[in-house]
Amino acid sequence: MNAPITPLSRSGAYRQSEFDVERIRADFPILNNVTVGDRPLVYLDNAASSQMPQPVIDRFVRYQTREHANIHRAVHYLSETATAEYEAARRKVQAFLNAKEDREIVFTRGTTEAINLVAHGWGRKFLKAGDEVILTTLEHHSNIVPWQMVCGEKGATIRVVPINDAGELLIDDYEKLFNERTRFVGVAHVSNALGTVNPVREMIATAHRHGVPVLVDGAQAAPHLAVDVQALDCDFYAFSGHKTCGPTGSGVLYGKAALLEAMQPYQGGGDMILSVTFEKTTYNEIPHKFEAGTPPIAPIITLGAALDYLTAIGLDNIAAHEAVLLEYATQRMSEIPGLRIVGTARDKAAVLSFTLDGVHPHDVGTLLNAEGVAIRTGHHCAQPVMRRFNVAATSRASFAFYNTLEEVDALAQAVRTVQKVFS
Amino acid sequence: MADPRQLYQEVILDHNRKPRNWGAVDGASHKAEGHNPLCGDHISVTVKLADGDTIEAIAFRGESCAICKASASMMTGAVKGKTRGEAEALIEEFREMATGKLDTARAPNHLGRLSVFAGVRDLPTRVKCAILPWHTLHAAFNTAGSISTEAGDDPMHSPIGNA
Repeated sequence: MNAPITPLSRSGAYRQSEFDVERIRADFPILNNVTVGDRPLVYLDNAASSQMPQPVIDRFVRYQTREHANIHRAVHYLSETATAEYEAARRKVQAFLNAKEDREIVFTRGTTEAINLVAHGWGRKFLKAGDEVILTTLEHHSNIVPWQMVCGEKGATIRVVPINDAGELLIDDYEKLFNERTRFVGVAHVSNALGTVNPVREMIATAHRHGVPVLVDGAQAAPHLAVDVQALDCDFYAFSGHKTCGPTGSGVLYGKAALLEAMQPYQGGGDMILSVTFEKTTYNEIPHKFEAGTPPIAPIITLGAALDYLTAIGLDNIAAHEAVLLEYATQRMSEIPGLRIVGTARDKAAVLSFTLDGVHPHDVGTLLNAEGVAIRTGHHCAQPVMRRFNVAATSRASFAFYNTLEEVDALAQAVRTVQKVFS
Repeated sequence: MADPRQLYQEVILDHNRKPRNWGAVDGASHKAEGHNPLCGDHISVTVKLADGDTIEAIAFRGESCAICKASASMMTGAVKGKTRGEAEALIEEFREMATGKLDTARAPNHLGRLSVFAGVRDLPTRVKCAILPWHTLHAAFNTAGSISTEAGDDPMHSPIGNA
């Protein structure tokens, strides 16, 4: 078994005194091993990828040293072990998302592949010329481009939900976009560029009143807040392992069983079939219908351990600690003259996008790196958001539960150093 | 790793604050648009060749980081009055320096003050910023009239993955 993780708060209620961030940081080798030049690493690029704690790394090593074989095939000991662990990971994801059944969990390489799977498996089967797909201004390119590809092929149209100056979706406009041609809705749970938490539950209810299924891109939500796909009543939910303290190459698509069953396979190959002749192939049942070929077994099993780790800390505790970080960071950064925070939604995850007068984000990023502070600069694969705010790029600090208030201070101090260089 | 702060020397910061030859050349004979797909930055370079060979006037404008803007500003100063062939040779030398293939301290070269950009070779993600103006000038030379060439069409330009 994994190293046991003592719950930090038995009541489930967050108390800062009980959230021992230093003890958590001790679990993350990279936070303690890496210096940038002579500076300790201040890792604030968690929206791009999170770091992996030792118990999760250990799970990967244990798999490779004691359990590895191909799955769903051979009858020998190792294959049976690997298969059991792989399917155990599926049940861990089911519990993590509170899905009704484990067969509603499809493993992918990441969120991008999960969305492509739906665009291909659902969109190419059910979209027709003249149909409309609703997306939002806040989407990551990975929830835009797959739909453009399938809509272009089918002659369908994409309609876009606008946002206000705070970076919040205009829900009245969203409701007005529905008509008899609307077939599908894709929406980010949390905006990667701005941190806006979208009211997906209400948006799903609206779509369902029009008989339209909804895909929620949960890449930025799953690591930061408790997700309950049954409470949301979403039709699809996608997230990535490497943003939830797991490895790259692991991802998840949740889909309601009836929808998954109605869809066409995304890729053909081994494991996704029941029988093959040159005349006809009968597809396997869900979820295996969507898992052609040998999947990323080690990353998936490791992802299961990562979700165990997050669950042991508690998503509510994580969300509460990150809310403290965001509030403090917003306050400290707002004190800096010439700094403008882009994205000021009332309901926000711990993402802080900003511009600095007279300094291009790339220069900010390079000079913050010299201070040991790792942030992301650029368009964050969300160019429609950048255009809406009339900027080519922003600098983005994104926090995780292992970040500290001292690291927020380091960020603010480093930004002031950048200003001195450019003064 | 070299300290990135060393790249932000006064000469670069000065050209960023007060870019030389900013704007567009009236009656340009060559022009091109360069894009950095990594960040969405872009600059345009306009050139007027006298007798089809000597750079009589050159200007640039656009939206970019300090490294790119200073590189463009100093490039325009360096190539003005030079022949197209001389400018192309300088483009090649700058590219070799920025990618670490030319050590300006050891090998003979014509870069002069442009060697302040040598430090970008230690910052792989910033090499493109420094080179973009030079690629764009190269594209302008090889583009007739007013056709705009994106950097992606530039044979010298090898875009890296971008989400």
